[in-house]
Amino acid sequence: MPDDIKLDKELKVVGHRNVRPDGMDKVTGRAKYGADLILPGMLYGRVLRSPHAHAKIKSIDTSAAEALPGVKAVVTGKDFPDQPKSKPPYGPMIQDAWDATRNIIAREKVFYDGHCVAAVAATSDSIAKQALKLIKVDYQILPHVIDPIEAMQPDAPILHEDQFTLGVEGATKPSNVFRIMKAAKGDVDKGFAEADLIIERDFKTKAVHQGYIEPHACVGNASEDGNVEVWTSTQGHFVSRNQLANLLGLPVGKIRLTSSEIGGGFGGKIPMYGEPLAVRLSQKANRPVKIVMTRDETFRSTGPTSGSHVWMKIGVKNDGRIVAADAKLYYEAGAFKGAGIAAAIGCMFSEYDLENIRIEGYDIVSNRPKVAAYRAPGVPMAAFAVEGVINQIAKKLKIDPVDIRLKNAAKQGTVNVSGIKYGPIGFIELLEKVKAHPHYNTKLEKNQGRGFAAGYWMHAGGMSCASVNIQDDGTVTLIEGNPDIGGSRASMAAMAAEELGIPFEKVRPIIADTSSLGFTFLTAGSRTTYATGMAVVEATRHAIKICCERAAAVWGVTPEQVKWEDGHAKPASANVGDFAPLSLSELAKKAPMMGGPIAGHSEINATGQGPAIGGHLVDVEVDPETGFVKLLRFTVFQDVGRAISPDYVEGQLQGGAIQGLGWALNEEYIYNDKGQLVNAGFLDYRMPVASDVPMIGTVLIEEPNPNHPYGVRGVGETPIVPPQAAVANAVENAIGIQMSELPMSPPKILRAIAADRLKAAE
Amino acid sequence: MDEMRYETPTSVNAAVKLLAGEKGLAKVLAGGTDLLVQMRGETVVPNLIVDIKKIADMKAIKKEKGGFRVGAAVSGAELGEHPELSKMWPGVVEATELIGSTQVQGRATMTGNLCNASPGADSVPALIAAGALAAIAGPNGKREVPVEQIPVSPGKTSLAKGEFVTSLFLPKRPKKSGDAYLRFIPRTEMDIAVVGCGISLTLDKAGTVLAARVALGAVAPTALLVDAAANAIIGTKLEDAALDALAAACSAACRPIDDKRGTKEFRIQIAGVLARRVALIARARALKK
Ligand SMILES: Cc1cc2nc3c(=O)[nH]c(=O)nc-3n(C[C@H](O)[C@H](O)[C@H](O)COP(=O)(O)OP(=O)(O)OC[C@H]3O[C@@H](n4cnc5c(N)ncnc54)[C@H](O)[C@@H]3O)c2cc1C
Repeated sequence: MPDDIKLDKELKVVGHRNVRPDGMDKVTGRAKYGADLILPGMLYGRVLRSPHAHAKIKSIDTSAAEALPGVKAVVTGKDFPDQPKSKPPYGPMIQDAWDATRNIIAREKVFYDGHCVAAVAATSDSIAKQALKLIKVDYQILPHVIDPIEAMQPDAPILHEDQFTLGVEGATKPSNVFRIMKAAKGDVDKGFAEADLIIERDFKTKAVHQGYIEPHACVGNASEDGNVEVWTSTQGHFVSRNQLANLLGLPVGKIRLTSSEIGGGFGGKIPMYGEPLAVRLSQKANRPVKIVMTRDETFRSTGPTSGSHVWMKIGVKNDGRIVAADAKLYYEAGAFKGAGIAAAIGCMFSEYDLENIRIEGYDIVSNRPKVAAYRAPGVPMAAFAVEGVINQIAKKLKIDPVDIRLKNAAKQGTVNVSGIKYGPIGFIELLEKVKAHPHYNTKLEKNQGRGFAAGYWMHAGGMSCASVNIQDDGTVTLIEGNPDIGGSRASMAAMAAEELGIPFEKVRPIIADTSSLGFTFLTAGSRTTYATGMAVVEATRHAIKICCERAAAVWGVTPEQVKWEDGHAKPASANVGDFAPLSLSELAKKAPMMGGPIAGHSEINATGQGPAIGGHLVDVEVDPETGFVKLLRFTVFQDVGRAISPDYVEGQLQGGAIQGLGWALNEEYIYNDKGQLVNAGFLDYRMPVASDVPMIGTVLIEEPNPNHPYGVRGVGETPIVPPQAAVANAVENAIGIQMSELPMSPPKILRAIAADRLKAAE
Repeated sequence: MDEMRYETPTSVNAAVKLLAGEKGLAKVLAGGTDLLVQMRGETVVPNLIVDIKKIADMKAIKKEKGGFRVGAAVSGAELGEHPELSKMWPGVVEATELIGSTQVQGRATMTGNLCNASPGADSVPALIAAGALAAIAGPNGKREVPVEQIPVSPGKTSLAKGEFVTSLFLPKRPKKSGDAYLRFIPRTEMDIAVVGCGISLTLDKAGTVLAARVALGAVAPTALLVDAAANAIIGTKLEDAALDALAAACSAACRPIDDKRGTKEFRIQIAGVLARRVALIARARALKK
């Protein structure tokens, strides 16, 4: 990006609390979400799901369903072309095509309770439901496995007979371990030899769901001429379009995806579930088909994040300086490879400046839905272990938990385990702010405890496009391609308005469908305000350049002699001449006479995204008789680079913290002995409710990222990394026991207290 | 597809006639906060729904023999806004007000809570502790039974074909009486009791417990009236030893299951913890009267 970082200048729009352009329609209910589109002749799609955790499909008989009046189409795995195995990388965001088609609709086997085996489209929802009951599937039930450690055992049921562990030389037996990934820096053994204190522990976390309030919903509409239109609630319609073309064997240019308003995604709306089914049903029925998931289906068949086992060993000197860190990560990928181990390895120690690190990550398949990305995918589980052990070390060495982190904090120039050398980052400033904060200095009562934990996320860049159209009244239409989950339209409009020198309200941001703009990568990886924001600034500057050229032509001077200031073209200096400034609308009105409409555009592949480090401070009160953990105070500190829209940045920090709290305290997937999920609803999958959570305070540290015109770092994912450990450390401070298993539900806390008393009595 | 009928009778007799005459599954609809959820999940698919809210008196709270008769369609919110009743039976009211959220409170009824026959129903232990009676109308006329006789197992009641509950009766209180209800949930609201405990007691002038009723929810297939627990505190001043005996009797009465909502071990332990706390609240209330 251009050199001129505008951070010293007083900003008129950026950094102000602007009202989001999508806000009014969301409040009144007018906003159109995934389930809100109704087309003439539209059919209702329903999905038949496996009740078995692992079974061979011997046959599927759909004839009775097809014969039911009102049923217009039925599809099974046979209706989709098979896919070759694709090449790595794989992860929560990138799937092998062979896996993807099987996850969308089973072919040879079902791999989890809730796996789609067939779909129907009918003239009413109740007929579609009835039709599902008429489909006969002959299953041969196979033994199943869910826990990753059990899945690694030699006698474990194997999910994929052709999967041999990558990273193991000469593997001859198929394995549920898809890959062992390693990373190292320095000499860990030497580090441990020099350590004064070594702490080693095991940690466990359960699979948790993203819990977005809007279930997946889409409409597929295939026309006779081969064009396909899809309306869907997604985090990336351009990526989905390309995958859809691949999965259905269609030319990319024939498919047009429109992203609806989205009621949360958190990574879970990156993969496709209903879209290929709706399109295939529509192709067969020649009518539009809508598929809306229930909550039960959302829990049973869409991506949670990995459950995990983590082994952690850290060595320190008596002054708290970490000299060696060693870890093994065992992550569930679900039915198909791609757990978030790479991200975990890249982030777990990265807020610290460490010399000696060794990490081994296991990507393990088991009979659960294929994991999807969930806010900083893979990192919170590892951070729970790292920050728990650091807490133990601080306690043993009687060092303040913030001081021990100050002792080891990463700073400009630190090189992490992936070899990334940091530019300016605000971790030390953050830790100092924590110590000075009133929360840190509030007195605690009996049974209360305070915990602190830090976390790091690396962020993504990637491809983005934007267009800026100047209308003849001086209003501006801004076109970009990222579904807006967290208020990104407000930030895009703010940056465009700031550049143009016009009020925020004059810019209307629009999210284009896939046929109206160039490819734009996902709303994920906290990349949107960074990468797409850069494209928006560049497109706006392009339009400004044209404005300056037009003004130059009007005045008979060169474009270099014109500057853009406060929404007007002005002579760059007094020497240029005494011309009255020309406003945006004055210039736009001249367009028919001079070169046509004024528009700017930008197509970029962004790099240079900066990481973000956060620290969470939490106070709890533990009821020693019931194990109930009450949250008293919670403050999130984060280096946000630059908060373009402070309200929505704070919202991200609070939202991430709350999701982390749920993960810490009560959320978990519970299976019966048949491998069926028994808590597929919000009553028994216990996400926090409003009254569980205190007002979450936020402290924004602004250490600008020099690679972005406004210093943006991305903010959305870091806040889910520290809360699990922060709560565990607060519980430890209250009851003296470091909980090593999530969720820290009341029965677990009570058991730990009882075990501790027993130990003390002995 | 089978059709579903929805009826809004305006008299008790008409409702009984509809319920008794239906060959398929007939369901009474009070607030619908259980029934509609069950229908949506297709665990209950009624052929006939009889909405009782249009029947006179179903929405009334009336004074009777020094106590209160609460119509079967009175919602939690309406109950809580009745000052006299709330003063006489604060435990019953607080238990009912724990049901769901503000939105749910506008609809949910105590009678529905009782007739849904969930072992975890919040108002039921409080009603049992209160010695409440359920008035029943049916093809063979009217009868009245103690509320604990209504639920027989999860989802099943003792009501015969064509019968429904028309009101609940909360009896008059002697002086120095108090009741209370607490439940344990892992969150702060919108959850189902892992354990619930309702206690009603009466003290003498010296503060000794003259009479007590102790009931537990979510620790057995139906809510339990635990006589042994009541006996553990009758004649005491709720000293530590008495509270220990109360807790032990409550834990001993539990016959819970391990499920997604809590383990056996946890439920047994918490039953005792809650009982102690509830007894102290009930006593504090009794002392104020
Ligand atoms: C979001 C939510 C939260 C909830 N939270 C709680 C909670 O915290 N605690 C709790 O205990 N419950 C909770 N519930 C369950 C429910 O709200 C309560 O059980 C409520 O009291 C039911 O009353 P209702 O009037 O809505 O019953 P309905 O749904 O109308 O009826 C329930 C059952 O009783 C039968 N029935 C109703 N009235 C009569 C009658 N007069 N005679 C015979 N049978 C009858 C119906 O046929 C049905 O089978 C919750 C429900 C929801 C949706």
